[in-house]
Amino acid sequence: MLKDKDRIFTNLYGLHDWGLKGAEARGDWDGTKDILAKGDDWIIAEMKESGLRGRGGAGFPTGLKWSFMPKEPDGPTYLVVNADEGEPGTCKDREIMRHDPHKLLEGSLLAGFAMHASAAYIYIRGEFWEEADILDAAIVEAYDAGLIGKNACGSGYDFDIYLHRGAGAYICGEETALIESLEGKKGQPRLKPPFPAMVGVWGRPTTVNNVESIAVAPTILRRGAGWFAGLGRPNNTGTKLFCISGHVERPCNVEEEMGIPLKELIEKHAGGVRGGWDNLLAIIPGGSSVPMLPRSICDDVLMDFDSLKEVRSGLGTAAVIVMDKSTDIVRAIARLAQFYKHESCGQCTPCREGTGWMWRVMERLVTGEADKSEIDLLLEVSKQIEGHTICALGDAAAWPIQGLIRHFRPEIERRIDERQDNAVAAAE
Amino acid sequence: MPTLTINGKEVTVEPGSTVMQACEAVGIEIPRFCYHERLSIAGNCRMCLVEMEKSPKPIASCAMPAGDGMVIHTESEEVKRAREGVMEFLLINHPLDCPICDQGGECDLQDQATAYGRGLSRYQENKRAVREKYMGPLIKTVMTRCIHCTRCVRFAEEIAGVPTLGAVGRGEGLEITTYLEKALQSELSGNIIDLCPVGALTSKPYAFTARSWELKKTESVDVMDAVGSAIRIDARGNEVMRVLPRLNEEVNEEWISDKTRFACDGLKYKRLDRPWVRREGKLVEAGWDEAFESIAAVLKDLPGEALAAIVGDLADMEAMLALKDLLGALGSARIECRQDGAALDAGCRAGYIFNSTIAGIEEADYCLLVGTNPRHEATIINARLRKATLAGLKVARIGPPDDLTYRVEDLGDDAGLLKQILDGTHPAAEALQRAEKPMLILGQGALTRADGAAMLGLARAVADKYGLITGDWNGFNILHTAASRVGGLDLGLTTEGGVEAILSDAAKGKTRAVFLLGADEVDMSRLKKAFVVYMGSHGDAGVSEADIILPAAAYTEKPGTYVNTEGRVQRAQKAIFPPGDAREDWTILRALSDKLGVTLPYDDLAALRAKLAELLPHLEETDTAPQAAWGAFGGDSKGAKKGGFALPVEDFYQTNPVARASRTMAQCSAMMRGEDEDREGTGTDG
Amino acid sequence: MSAAVKNGGDFAFTAANKKWAAGQIAKYPEGRQASAVMPLLTRAQDQNAGWLSTPAIEHVAEFLGMAAIRVLEVATFYSMYRLSPVGKHVIEICTTTPCWLRGSDAVVAAAKEELGIDFGETTSDGEFTLLEVECAGACVNAPVCAIHRKYYEDLDGDSIRAIIQSLRSGKEPDAGPQIERQKSAPVGGPTTLTEGA
Repeated sequence: MLKDKDRIFTNLYGLHDWGLKGAEARGDWDGTKDILAKGDDWIIAEMKESGLRGRGGAGFPTGLKWSFMPKEPDGPTYLVVNADEGEPGTCKDREIMRHDPHKLLEGSLLAGFAMHASAAYIYIRGEFWEEADILDAAIVEAYDAGLIGKNACGSGYDFDIYLHRGAGAYICGEETALIESLEGKKGQPRLKPPFPAMVGVWGRPTTVNNVESIAVAPTILRRGAGWFAGLGRPNNTGTKLFCISGHVERPCNVEEEMGIPLKELIEKHAGGVRGGWDNLLAIIPGGSSVPMLPRSICDDVLMDFDSLKEVRSGLGTAAVIVMDKSTDIVRAIARLAQFYKHESCGQCTPCREGTGWMWRVMERLVTGEADKSEIDLLLEVSKQIEGHTICALGDAAAWPIQGLIRHFRPEIERRIDERQDNAVAAAE
Repeated sequence: MPTLTINGKEVTVEPGSTVMQACEAVGIEIPRFCYHERLSIAGNCRMCLVEMEKSPKPIASCAMPAGDGMVIHTESEEVKRAREGVMEFLLINHPLDCPICDQGGECDLQDQATAYGRGLSRYQENKRAVREKYMGPLIKTVMTRCIHCTRCVRFAEEIAGVPTLGAVGRGEGLEITTYLEKALQSELSGNIIDLCPVGALTSKPYAFTARSWELKKTESVDVMDAVGSAIRIDARGNEVMRVLPRLNEEVNEEWISDKTRFACDGLKYKRLDRPWVRREGKLVEAGWDEAFESIAAVLKDLPGEALAAIVGDLADMEAMLALKDLLGALGSARIECRQDGAALDAGCRAGYIFNSTIAGIEEADYCLLVGTNPRHEATIINARLRKATLAGLKVARIGPPDDLTYRVEDLGDDAGLLKQILDGTHPAAEALQRAEKPMLILGQGALTRADGAAMLGLARAVADKYGLITGDWNGFNILHTAASRVGGLDLGLTTEGGVEAILSDAAKGKTRAVFLLGADEVDMSRLKKAFVVYMGSHGDAGVSEADIILPAAAYTEKPGTYVNTEGRVQRAQKAIFPPGDAREDWTILRALSDKLGVTLPYDDLAALRAKLAELLPHLEETDTAPQAAWGAFGGDSKGAKKGGFALPVEDFYQTNPVARASRTMAQCSAMMRGEDEDREGTGTDG
Repeated sequence: MSAAVKNGGDFAFTAANKKWAAGQIAKYPEGRQASAVMPLLTRAQDQNAGWLSTPAIEHVAEFLGMAAIRVLEVATFYSMYRLSPVGKHVIEICTTTPCWLRGSDAVVAAAKEELGIDFGETTSDGEFTLLEVECAGACVNAPVCAIHRKYYEDLDGDSIRAIIQSLRSGKEPDAGPQIERQKSAPVGGPTTLTEGA
């Protein structure tokens, strides 16, 4: 198990002061000026060496992403922090913002400096009022202390941080939808290319990073890439915030080492599956968008990008949704189908039309009011959405359903049979 | 230049091309709904997905820049499957009401479903129903058919410059609407009907009147203004059912104004379909012979100097030449085409045409508008100005302020400002001086002033002083509003004192007979004393004082030559026959000349056109905008006075006899006056 | 989603809100004031008893120099904007899978019974509006609901009833977990971050 001394988010549960004093006591803003003095190249090299992969779901190497920004920009460029946390199962960035806001601010400064950005915009989901208030207050503290703004930390570098509140749209977690939203439009994803690092917010080069990716950066840079890379497994390094929800004894957020066995994660921190491990039906290991795992896989799978990819799922946001044997598994996925239908931006055809179609079929599968051939039809519809949309929401809507059919087809068929039997019985 | 391999074939394309364009370059058709070459790229329909090697997902070919070394497949199983998927998704919520849909037969969805669809739907759920949206008297909506391609939204925002259309809501609840369902306030609104790939936006006036395949299609040119937009006239039997745009990159690209498109019902109403003769103060129906004899009786002993003619705004050159020749044979050279009294000078062609050309607007970097509102006077030219402003053209205006759909720097409504510019005491002088390709557009609002000739001279002086005319650029432009005007000037149909002198001589009894060739825009009360022959298509203002009415063909009913404001010679074609006894104008004049014993020397259209070409060799060069030599024209600029401009078009929808007879145009006028509250009254959906 | 926006009386920002709005606009680069449309709509909604009327939308459009249709697009796209009047207390219950797994059905049933209304409805006295929302992002504290900008977590039927009763009596119930628990730490105390404590 990860030692407390290797944990980054030492105020994860809000037991201590979130303010600047408390943050400094926990080591934040310590020697930031010296880190800046080491230069942009050093920071990016260090981040690359740490092996940090983006914590928002896609797992793209963070240092590499920063390096895509122009070295000598011909005008303003931006860091945008994606704090539009809304992937079902996920509630980790919220903890960072309300309990460790200064980690995010310091990280923004370091990241912004490394990528030559002129300012950072933190795009926080609109429902997080309390978290926005705390972040706002922390920003004021940081300005007042000269940590950001003109001559940030006495480095000679000017860097502003602004908070931007969303207003209820999951799709704004997609980086180009977020950029559109930040420009005051509907959150409809953009076509790529051009990528944000070339043409981002207000037409300027922009990098969008998840809150956690940014918030871990100061500690990585202070303790060294080697320390972070020494945790976890190659290509899956460091620590990670896990959110364990659903049918466990004690749902919680926890920071653990990458690659921790799923079973160990649940048993050590969440009190185990409700009714014991044998009562486990399935787990969605990385937020609602990744395909579920049946119990057989859960027994020994490790919680990291590559391990979960091998079992045709994904680490996603590391939000572990546990379902015990009492779960109506078809309904659990039907509810996710409803979520994606509700959150589809409506821009492109397959997602706009397909998410509603899938949801309606799913609703009938819950009660067995369907023909067995519709299971394959649903699978095919999901594959017509997957890969054919502008953004990844289409894939995200398709995968949970594909996971359900892959692992629980007999259960779906059983319901159809049962309903037909009942109908026959009623007719007789 | 990037070289790609598409279905095994190598192709090199211009940098900046898209994969779709590269495919087209090798003759591969890529299906699409949302993509339109004149609109920004949306990439939302996903119909144009193609396979690109090394890409894990198929790509939207409309949006993907063509890159060197790309390997593209457009006919693979994966692409076929993707297209089938998109078609199926589009159709699950699309009503299968094709038999009663006006888009039937010219529907992209229908066509592409046949070509790329899977043949049957597997969707068993209920289809979505979307409430219709009111968009004014021209656009009929059946929003359940909408496939959310957003072409209409992009057109309104980008081309028309009236950001009132949008897509509200999200997900499968996304709906296209105007803001609070107000009528679309654009003179270009009808173009969204053409842009809509399905039957969601169709023509309200045309609704349920015909099926597209039963229409006879005639390619022609428009006469609603002096732009000369390329049109297609669709007729069934002897009725014009609708007017659509044709592509002409140099003139209207593929847009037409709502007047061009929707005034055609005016061809059915208030028509003159037989000759009329005034007997004891009352107009009574008559035969051709009787009408001709009545004219002959008056003209027989009339000295030539007592005879005059005024040419209307829709006259074709054939009619104008025939009338000019007829008057000449009767001893009069007094035929005037400047119905509005504009002080145009027929002496120098460069002095009365739009020298920069319409397409040339896109080359200009500074444009000074003087006494004109191009939005109302030449909607299509205004759209081109807007397009140019988006690419950097700066526009300034001397004249009454109004929204032109783009940013305009208002210098003020005072002709004195132009004088200051000439003197170099106004900052705009510097802007003109600095510009590489400056333009000046002089409108009829300047030329119809009492000091119109001086205004023309002043504008010319400005053009000379600030380098508007260089070796390869002529930035001096007259913006006409009448389709007949440049042709009339080419024929030299100007007279001493202009129309004012004719009217005043008529009122004095000096001019005793006046021939009106579709002229409806002059003060008829001043013709009370004269013997008036009105020849035209509609019972408009001109018939009020007429003693004889000769029914003539409208622009859709005759082959005719028109010269647009650029000096571009174009031929209109006959789509239908004139109603009743009405005849093509020149044939009436030819017959009349016979009766008057001064037979015109042409027996058929070819002979007449040969005579025209002999007089005006440039008429042979159709469909180009010929260069005109710079020369002297206009009055002494010192005579220019201060003061504001009165613009020629008060109501865009009511500018000529056809438009004034159109019920659709009347509804549009009412809408612009804010009187469209009776929304059901114009609707056609029951 | 319906595009129909209910009308409403005249609307203009108060002097204080105007000043606040100017501060929001100042966050964005020159000429990019449209970026402030979301915060301004939110503020307009707050000033207008919790919903956006047509005049409020048009006021924001004018304030930012935007076309009204563009503001309407935004107002109808994001789920936190309300386009018709709402009650004094808007209770938003999350029913997405993580909350559903932890018993949001019971919470919903209790709330509906306690209020006597269904989702999307407002009590006849105008006090409460009940709404179903998608994932609130507090899944390890499921089930959750949001009231007056605060999250009420670890709910069950009894606790939602107690919260509603408390609101009804004019009190503001304590937000956060409704069971004995420190934020998102496991019940019974953290399993980590105990070494230095």
